[in-house]
Formats: sequence, C-alpha cells, structure tokens
Amino acid sequence: MNLLSVDHLSKTYRGAHGAEVHAVSDVSFSIADGEVLGVVGESGCGKSTLGRSILKLIEPSAGSVSFAGRDITTLNRHAMKPVRRDLQIIFQDPFGSLNPRHKVGTIIGEPLVVHGIGNGASRRARVAELLALVGLPEDAAKRFPHEFSGGQRQRIAIARALALEPKLLVADEAVSALDVSIQSQIINLIADLRKRLGLAIMFISHDLSVIRHVSDRIAVMYLGRIVEIGPAAEIMDAPKHPYTQALLSAIPRPGERRERQVLKGELPDPANPPAGCPFHTRCPKVMDICHSVRPELLPPAGIASKSEVACHLYS
Amino acid sequence: MQTTWTGPARSAPGPGPAPGKPLLAIEGLHIAVGGKPLIEGVSLTIAAGEMLGLVGESGCGKSVTALSIMRLIPEPPMRVTGGAIRLGGEDLLAFSERQLEDVRGNAIGMIFQEPMTSLNPVFSIGDQIEEAVLLHRSVGRAAARQRAVELLTRVGIPAPEAALSRYPHELSGGQRQRVMIAIALACEPRLLIADEPTTALDVTVQAQILDLIDDLRRETGMAVLLITHDLGVVSQYCDRVAVMYGGRVVEEAPAAELFAHPRHRYTEALLRTIPAANPPGTVLPAIGGTVPPPGQRPPGCAYHPRCHAMIDVCQDQVPLLEGDAHRAACWNPA
Repeated sequence: MNLLSVDHLSKTYRGAHGAEVHAVSDVSFSIADGEVLGVVGESGCGKSTLGRSILKLIEPSAGSVSFAGRDITTLNRHAMKPVRRDLQIIFQDPFGSLNPRHKVGTIIGEPLVVHGIGNGASRRARVAELLALVGLPEDAAKRFPHEFSGGQRQRIAIARALALEPKLLVADEAVSALDVSIQSQIINLIADLRKRLGLAIMFISHDLSVIRHVSDRIAVMYLGRIVEIGPAAEIMDAPKHPYTQALLSAIPRPGERRERQVLKGELPDPANPPAGCPFHTRCPKVMDICHSVRPELLPPAGIASKSEVACHLYS
Repeated sequence: MQTTWTGPARSAPGPGPAPGKPLLAIEGLHIAVGGKPLIEGVSLTIAAGEMLGLVGESGCGKSVTALSIMRLIPEPPMRVTGGAIRLGGEDLLAFSERQLEDVRGNAIGMIFQEPMTSLNPVFSIGDQIEEAVLLHRSVGRAAARQRAVELLTRVGIPAPEAALSRYPHELSGGQRQRVMIAIALACEPRLLIADEPTTALDVTVQAQILDLIDDLRRETGMAVLLITHDLGVVSQYCDRVAVMYGGRVVEEAPAAELFAHPRHRYTEALLRTIPAANPPGTVLPAIGGTVPPPGQRPPGCAYHPRCHAMIDVCQDQVPLLEGDAHRAACWNPA
C-alpha cells in the first residue's frame, strides 16, 4: 500500500488585482513505504507549495491527500495533530528555521513536549540519542543555534524532524544552502537515516545531480504540473519530455565542456500560464497541437517504459 | 560588441596593457580583518580575453579578493596589509579614491549575485544604464540613451526601447541580471568581475546568462574573473581555474587539466565528493569537518585537519604554490 497518495491536488492563490495564480495544478502521485521521491523543477514550478500542501501547512484548493490509507485533506487542526507525528519537514534555511533564543536541546525536544511524550528525563535521553544519530556531540544540547555552522544547524533541524519517528520526511531544498563539502555530509546522513529508520522521503530540489543521487523515483515539475515521473535511472538516462531533456542538458558538469541545448526565454508568469502545454512557449519540439491541447500525464505510447510523461510527442 | 560606440573618454582612460604582460596581476595580496589574517598572499593573473574561475567554499576569501580589486572591501574593519593589484601595470592599491572612481565601472565592471539588491528600485532601467555612461563619458543625455538601447539589445532584453522606462521589480531575475550586465558593460570595461552571477538563478536561465558573458568576452576581448562555488560552471566556461582555501590560492591550472589531474588534496576531495561524480545511491566520499573561519586557521596547511593524506610537515609549515602552468600548494600532492 502507498504511504502517501496525492490525487488531483491543486493550490490556487489569489494574486494582485484578483488574478488567480495556479501554484499547483492537478497533481497526482504516490510514495511507497521507505521510498524516496525526488521532486525537481525551477523556482516557481510549485514544488515547495506541493511539499507544504501535503503537510497541510498550506491548505490545498482542490484534490486530496491520503496518508497511510486515510484521507487527511478534510482533517481540522485538532484531528491533524496525531498525523503530524508521522509527517515531518526540513527546510532550506537552517538559520531561519531554528529559534535563536532556545537551546538546541529545547529545540530538538519540543516535538516530544508538544505531543506529550515521556517526562523530562526520558526526553533528555531521547535528545541525546537524536544528537548522536545525526552526528553531533552530546553537549550540543546546552548550546544555542548561533554557535553552530550551517551544516551543523541542518543536522539539528534533521534531529528535530526525527524526534517523533516520522514515516515520511519532506526535505525542501534541504542541502541547497550548504557548501559542497558540507552538502555531501548531509546527503550521506539523510541516506543513512533512510536505511536505518526505513523513512520515506519527498526530496525537493532544483539540483538534478543531488536528486538523482538520493531518489528511487523522480517527478519533474513545470509551471505547477508534473510533466514527467518515473524511475530515477530512466528519467536521467532516457528523459522523454523536452523540458526534462533541457534541464539535464543545462547542468554543467565538472570535467566536461560540451555543446548544450540552452532553452530560450524564461518561465512564463504562473498567473497567466500559456494555453495548451505549459511548456510550449519554450519547447524546441513544439507542434501545432501543443498550442491548444494540454497533454495528459500518461505512459508514453509505443515505448517500453515505467515512466509517465505529459507530452504530445508520445501520445 | 556589435555597436559603434566611440564616446570620448571624460577623463584619462585606465592604463593600457603592456605588451606581453597580463591585464590584471594580483601580487602577494594580504588583507586582515580586525587584525586577523583573511587573505594570506594571493597572487593571480588574468590576460585580456581570458576567463579565470575563482572557486572555493564560503569563507575561503574569494569574494573579498574580488572586491579588493576595486577597493570595495569595507575598510575598516578590513585592511589591505600587503601586496599589489596591477591593472595594465599600474598598482590600484596606490590609487586615490578619485582615481579609483575613474576605474570603477569604466576599466573594470562588476556584477553581483543578487541583481535585485544591486539595482536601485526607485530608478528606471534606462536611468541606471545612462548613469553609468554619463559618469564616465562626455556625452549628452540622448547619446547615453542611445547607448542604453544598444546595450539592452546586446544583452537580449526584448523591446529594449520600452524596457528603458521599466523598473527593476517589473523584471524577472534573469532579466535583472541582464540589466546588471548591461550596466557593467556600459563603458566597455577591460575586466569584468562576476561574483556568483548566476547562483540565484534557475539552471536554464543560468546557462543563458553564462553563455552571454562568454560570447561578450570573445567579441570584445574583455577579461573575466568569474567567482563561483560551482565546479561544473567553471569546467564549462573558464580557461583557467584558481582554487582558494583558507585565504590562499591552493591550486591553479588550465581548467581541463585541473579536472583531469587535480594535485592539491582539497581540489581532489572536492571533485570526488560531488554527487555527479558518484554512482547514484552510494555513500559520497565526504570531506569531514568545516572550513576554518579567519582567526581560527590552523598552522601549516590550513586544510590539514580535514585532509585524508596529511603528513607531518603539513601541520607546521605552509606549502608554497609551486609549478608553472599547473601550480599546487601541497606537501603530499595527488
């Protein structure tokens, strides 16, 4: 059974002058127990809104989210609280997401207090256990966030997210603000925790090389929609959607200098998305039909594939 | 540049490059902050038309080095304590503030990571480009405006005439960076300093902006100092690379050579640790520890506490940057 099922989820914001901004449009996918789904896309593609809607940090406008077989879309705050034990999130900015006036021990132990788990002594023991789990010294509990480097703060945020032994972790650009040498430490930590704790992870990033390294499956988003989803190896080695191909081509790799396919133009305004396929304004393979008919996310016709792609080239 | 821009120089143009000499030569630069060494003897050269990549993690001193070229570092608390920065043979460190104003935005242009905070939100795009022209060239408003249109056309802003009257908030991040480049190019600088110019941009837009900078330096023979933490970007665009760690250049080589045969252990470790260099799902060969902040740098090689190939001498003696085309400061090179 799927741990998480998202069905036809949409989130619409009311923008300036009453214009509607479709941050997420009709997105469906699932995550199995212990699976890592990478979600990749450029800024404004809706990947962060999607992550937050799943935790109901943002109220979805339409569609449903089911967690462990239960529809959580309509739950109120009170009913949602026990679900949150199993559903945690870490953010990009380890400076902004930790309260500077609390000691690290208080920060990591807070979820235990909120959910009324254990007493003072058992919580302190659990905090020590969590610090060891993320590779921080025990005396870190008595210090303040400003005493730690960016990588160490991200370890603190991870320890806090794991305090309640969640089943699903949403990691929203969790390694994007870190230096290269620190980034690999945190990627290793997340991969190790996943193995040891059987965590399922929704790993949101704009960095395809990081996504490819950690993910079992990858979803590629463009203008609020999933344009391609499938096994990580297939997405990386045989990308089908022209946007996925362009995204892969645009990433410069160390030790290489090559001819690249550079997309023209920029992301269209999400308040005023193009008709038909949202990518048609920048697509190098655009056809007549793309201007008017939006392609559905379907298995590609005539190709052996475990992926689904929303592109008229494959229908 | 596809223009015929020949506005007369308002004051003496910057010094011309001596034949056979590099356009920019930083020699043994030392900068201290609050008495603690921040930059410890950095030497770099860039020839006309060359793109040099300056890479390193936060705190290594790459941005301070770049800012010091135009004396844009905050003095105090920072202070240049030694060395020379020669542009075409003349030492910029000996220039008065008045002389530096002639160099900034004229012989040397600069673009920064965050185009929103580098543009003035209450002036139109046209005003800001024209300002750069009027400051350094004895031309009238109409000629400056004409120049602004040329520049916007060259950097790929659609409908440049109409764009002149738009404000920064009306533009996307990529377009703002194009405008920043237009301002930096206004007086046809001989050196462009680009400090993480695409870090805040999406990958597809990043490729557009870097291609633009690359095309411009090929057309105009302008030298480019590209500061970045992204080794992929360096590999794709730069002729040579200098790697900084702990306030020093630890390795310098032609780009292809550096990626094929890194010699310094830090460079080697950096190239190994990136996800793209490893099979998916495997444990990344991480570099333990963190970059030491200024004032807490260890004696000897600053990298030695994190180094997997450390030998005794690394702990107390600073290695010198040795070699010809490929230089590395490492006691136990790869």
